[in-house]
Amino acid sequence: MIYRETGQFKTSYASDQQLFPILQDRVVVIGFLVFAFAVVPFVASEYLFRAILTPFLILSLAALGLNILVGYCGQLSLGTGGFMAVGAYAAYNLALRLPDLNLIVVFILAGLCATVVGAIFGVPSLRIKGFYLAVTTLAAQFFLDWLFARVGWFTNYSSSGSVAAPPLEIFGYPIQGPVHKYLFVLAIVCVLALLAKNLTRGAIGRSWMATRDMDVAAEVIGIRPLHAKLTAFAVSSFYVGLAGALWAFVYLEAWEPLAFDVNRSFELLFMVIIGGLGSILGSFLGAAFIVILPIALNQLPTKLGIPLSTASISEIELMVFGALIVFFLIAEPRGLARLWAIGKEKLRLWPFPH
Amino acid sequence: MKHAWRIKAAAVALAAVGGLAMAADALAQAKEIFVPVLVYRTGPYAPNGVPWADGFVDYLKLVNERDGGINGVKIAYEECETGYATDRGVECYERLKSKKPVAFSPLSTGITYALTEKAPGDHIVLITAGYGRADSVDGSVFRWNFPMMGTYWDGADILVQHVKKKGNLKGKKIALVYHDSPYGKEPIPVLEALSKKEGFKLMLLPVTHPGVEQKATWLQIRQQRPDYVFLWGWGVMNSTAIKEAIAVAYPRLQMYGVWWSGAEPDVVPAEQAAKGYNALALAHSAENDRPIHAEMMKFLYDKGKGTASDKKEVGQVLYNRGMLSAILTVESIRTAMKKYGNKVMTGDQVRWGAEHLNIDANRIKQLGVAGMMVPFHTSCSDHGGAHSARIHTWDGEHWSYTSDMYTADYKLLRPMVEASALKYAKEKGITPVDCSKEK
Repeated sequence: MIYRETGQFKTSYASDQQLFPILQDRVVVIGFLVFAFAVVPFVASEYLFRAILTPFLILSLAALGLNILVGYCGQLSLGTGGFMAVGAYAAYNLALRLPDLNLIVVFILAGLCATVVGAIFGVPSLRIKGFYLAVTTLAAQFFLDWLFARVGWFTNYSSSGSVAAPPLEIFGYPIQGPVHKYLFVLAIVCVLALLAKNLTRGAIGRSWMATRDMDVAAEVIGIRPLHAKLTAFAVSSFYVGLAGALWAFVYLEAWEPLAFDVNRSFELLFMVIIGGLGSILGSFLGAAFIVILPIALNQLPTKLGIPLSTASISEIELMVFGALIVFFLIAEPRGLARLWAIGKEKLRLWPFPH
Repeated sequence: MKHAWRIKAAAVALAAVGGLAMAADALAQAKEIFVPVLVYRTGPYAPNGVPWADGFVDYLKLVNERDGGINGVKIAYEECETGYATDRGVECYERLKSKKPVAFSPLSTGITYALTEKAPGDHIVLITAGYGRADSVDGSVFRWNFPMMGTYWDGADILVQHVKKKGNLKGKKIALVYHDSPYGKEPIPVLEALSKKEGFKLMLLPVTHPGVEQKATWLQIRQQRPDYVFLWGWGVMNSTAIKEAIAVAYPRLQMYGVWWSGAEPDVVPAEQAAKGYNALALAHSAENDRPIHAEMMKFLYDKGKGTASDKKEVGQVLYNRGMLSAILTVESIRTAMKKYGNKVMTGDQVRWGAEHLNIDANRIKQLGVAGMMVPFHTSCSDHGGAHSARIHTWDGEHWSYTSDMYTADYKLLRPMVEASALKYAKEKGITPVDCSKEK
């Protein structure tokens, strides 16, 4: 009943092809955006902004980037952490060496650096597939880890290998407080999510999906695998690199290569798998699951007033978190986004299921 | 089919509950002074993290139980598990920040680096006793960092001073086996400067986190036979390194750990074979017979209120270091109270206290930790205060001192500290304050 589209007639191509063809979806999405932009900044606490929402949004962006590559184009990658590091260190060096550059330009250039690196490491994908490709991207991860830990130039010869981001400022307007940072990240994520949604609906996205579903068939119908695969690597790396720059500049503010190690790559891959492969919404749901759930589990016993030692809370957090991953994947292997779609189907028939 | 739907429905319901459970509340207790405790009681660094955390918390408990707080103001505290991960540490910092904390002791150089960016804006003091950024000794740039008790640059210099006593270092080879993180990399610039000055060759051997895989590193050591190995490890990396040293028959007598690589959890797994292993010990080792330890027993452990699960832990190396960190925090608050009155302090007031800390021999005795600290005082230009350490050696069962107290050579280190701090100030656009005008 709630999701019934009866009576919503599409009378033009534009209305048929719009982003959210169902009125209810449009209302929900616009309502959500209004809520995120206009209500949250006034009601949320500083902790929520700094420790939950900002990292959640940034990692959503990285998951979105990875989802383009893994979910839409079917190229398994374990080098995401490395590409994030490229973005972070590129932004650091650009900001350091060209101090007059506008921050937006710095972030975009950092994303483009990651794009170039990503496309280069994407070249093997033309010859190898599946697990073999995963291994070559893993090599990219280790190479990039090594590069930023060992080549002093990238860290401005910092003695400890740890570097600090310069103060954030756009057009002379400082981005300092938690609310500013949140809105800044939110705006970037919204623009890029919209872009990703449209990319995946268009010709490029369709060529990615065709390559994912069956690359031989895709070649037969005239899709160039070189073009499809390398654009997927490039676009994905742009998103991931930008997320890396934001993670470093906005969230951590001072970081070492360890912040982008292979665990980060796995974490992002889990987000994409749990959230839903080949789904924009899934990237956000997966990021929420992996970022917010452990923190929530960690605080739950204290909030409920159960006296437990710090060690047992952490152990319980890990156990429950692991169990929930298994549970959700058994319940719906295609991820949380699929669960949401099923829920929508149910709501369409509710309260009279047949 | 029906069954499958039920599972899916449960999954949806669970997801919804999870979303709702994210409610945040912040109740600051106005009558108590809040000291946050960042700990790691799980993960590969837990063997070392646990005794430190127990010592820290026990001292806060002791002050509450014995004295009824600091000058009558009770201490409230809360632990937060970081797992030695920087992003989780930042989350903990944000979580505990709402309770108006005055000083953080993150016990991780990586987290210290991240918090160094955040603490000044939030007006929170960072007391990093025996770790953290070495250049934060310079208080004119690092207003909120206090690397008390000794920095890694002090440690590197003292180790070289010690091995130099055994003979000229010209043409000798020293290997640094280090944790590949800001913590492990911290001593490198000083060792490089000293290698030029003293004429020894420095081998840098990084070990990746968490440090359980060191076969290749130790094969290299077997090949190259350095005259000394400096170990800059933490957690399981230390015990693994000692075991690997035994496997390649590298003499333990020529191995020197930093003060984080010289505690019971590091040597006990290797048992008797670790005999002869040396490590820096700051000014304290595994003393367990000082008045403070008796008071810990009397006020906490005899009443079943102690934090450690086994009271044998009281007086271990890392327990003592955690306790001393807490002492420095409490003393900073106490110094601030002398100026601002006996009430709940703000971060700014505690910063003043930490910058004007004066712990003389008499005060050390009063605190019940005689012989475990060197007398020191902090100032704007020296946020560290103490730069001394000595060596202790494991005899198979106990740690015992095997050297006199050394003091780091600030003729060499001071220009490096100032250059590094200035570089940081330039990158961040900070104008250093003039220390001669600070009161």
